[in-house]
Formats: sequence, structure tokens, C-alpha cells
Amino acid sequence: MSAIVYLTRKAEFSASHLYHNPQFSAEENKRVFGKCNNPNGHGHNYVLEVTVKGQIDATTGFVVDLKQLKDLMHQEVLDALDHRFLNKEIPEFFSLIPTTENLALVCWQRLAPKLAAAQLHRVRIYETPDLFADFYGEV
Amino acid sequence: MKVHLTRRYGFAASHRLHNEAMTAEQNRDIYGKCNNPHGHGHNYFVEVTVSGQVNFQTGMVCNLADLDGFVRDHIFERYDHQDLNHLPEFAANVPTTENLCVEIYGILHRGFSKAHLEKVRIEETMMNSFEYSGEAPALR
Repeated sequence: MSAIVYLTRKAEFSASHLYHNPQFSAEENKRVFGKCNNPNGHGHNYVLEVTVKGQIDATTGFVVDLKQLKDLMHQEVLDALDHRFLNKEIPEFFSLIPTTENLALVCWQRLAPKLAAAQLHRVRIYETPDLFADFYGEV
Repeated sequence: MKVHLTRRYGFAASHRLHNEAMTAEQNRDIYGKCNNPHGHGHNYFVEVTVSGQVNFQTGMVCNLADLDGFVRDHIFERYDHQDLNHLPEFAANVPTTENLCVEIYGILHRGFSKAHLEKVRIEETMMNSFEYSGEAPALR
């Protein structure tokens, strides 16, 4: 069977952040980022969705071992980001604004090199139920 | 790096699915209870997906305040608490959610220039949704 199937695993983490570009003036930061620029940060319950694609393995019936995918998501993303202040504690965000867009990129960069069993198709991050960013690895 | 960003909005409106070119029986056959003469309403949810490079200075594909403002002024103000059948775009076009999706895509495509429009998705109810990505036939 050579059918390609997409499989998505979901997980939640909570973290705080603020949007601030040190190259901008205080007024410019306030104008561009609005209340997301409030100096002490604020938090979200983020939802991470990782979609992999691949052929169904003839012996297991799996596209990917879900336990392995779950462990990888924990190890690379959730354990590092959950209950953290992204700007202050996550190295990627020392020089990168932790927008939802950049969070999708960072999660992809953390997961893609470690995902041996299947091909990473999409990383989706929900910041709230009304806002999400998708990254497909497109450059 | 190209990233897709999706924002979800809601509005409430009424409509009636009815095509004057068909008989009353045909309308009832095709549209069922959606053809009931006085119309009915939905809480619609609209998901707008835009894409682009993540701006190095802002970390954003586009500023959400710009997208929110555009949707508020040009979509929410136009459709919220309205009867879709009374709007000019539905004078000769049945206000199915398929057609609404194409209309809303057109409004964004013509007027929103801060990011590339990828897709408009509308949920009419929790059980059905419609998507339009600007594929042929050409936009009106």
C-alpha cells in the first residue's frame, strides 16, 4: 500500500512573552505591538499541532509511532517551553521576537532534525483559539 | 521563511436559499428547510489565512491590528446582523455559504494589501464549513 497519510498530534503548553524590538523607540514599540508590548509580559495557553506524512507501514499500520512522536514533542518543545518566559528563558528568542509566527518556525527547527521516522509536514501553533500560525518548512 | 497566519472572526446574519429562476417546488426540493420563506440565521465564523515572510523587525507576517481593522470595517460592518438576501451581491446570487466565501475572499483580495491572501474558510454551523482559495473561475 503506497497511500500517503497525514497524521497530526496535538499538545498544549503555557508560556509568557512580550513583543519588543530593541531597535525601535518606546513609542514605536507601543505603536507596532500594542498591549503585546506591556513590559512585564503576558501569557497564553498555546496549542502545538505537529503533522507528519508518510506511507502506512505494512506491519504496524502506522505512519509513525505515536509514542515516539509524543516523546519527541515533549523532549524538544514542551519540556523546554512549558511554564517559561519565552523572551528570557528560550535562547532562540533572545534575539527573535516570540510572535506566533516565529514560534511556529522555532518549533519546526527543534523538531525537524530529530524526526527520523516520518516526514514533518506542518507545525501549527495556536496562540488563542482565534489565532494560529502554520509553517510548512517553506523558505 | 514563509509562514501562514490564520485569524478567526465571527458575525451573525440571516439568509434564505431561494433561486427565482426555479419553481417553488424545485426550490423546496433543492434547498429544503433553508428555503423556508422568512429566512433563518447563523453565527458564522470566518477564518482568514494570509501568508508571507516573517518580517525581521517585527517577527510578524502582518500586523494583526491591520487585519482586524480591515475585517471589522469591510466584512463585519457589512455582514453582521444583516439579512444577506438584501445585500446587492446577493440580489442575483443565492447567499449560500459557498457564495459568501467567494464574496469575502474578493473583499480581502481587492482591499487588503498588507499580506498575501491564501484562503477564506467559513463555518456556517459547527457541522459544515466552506473554503475558497481564489481558484478558477476568475473572481468577479
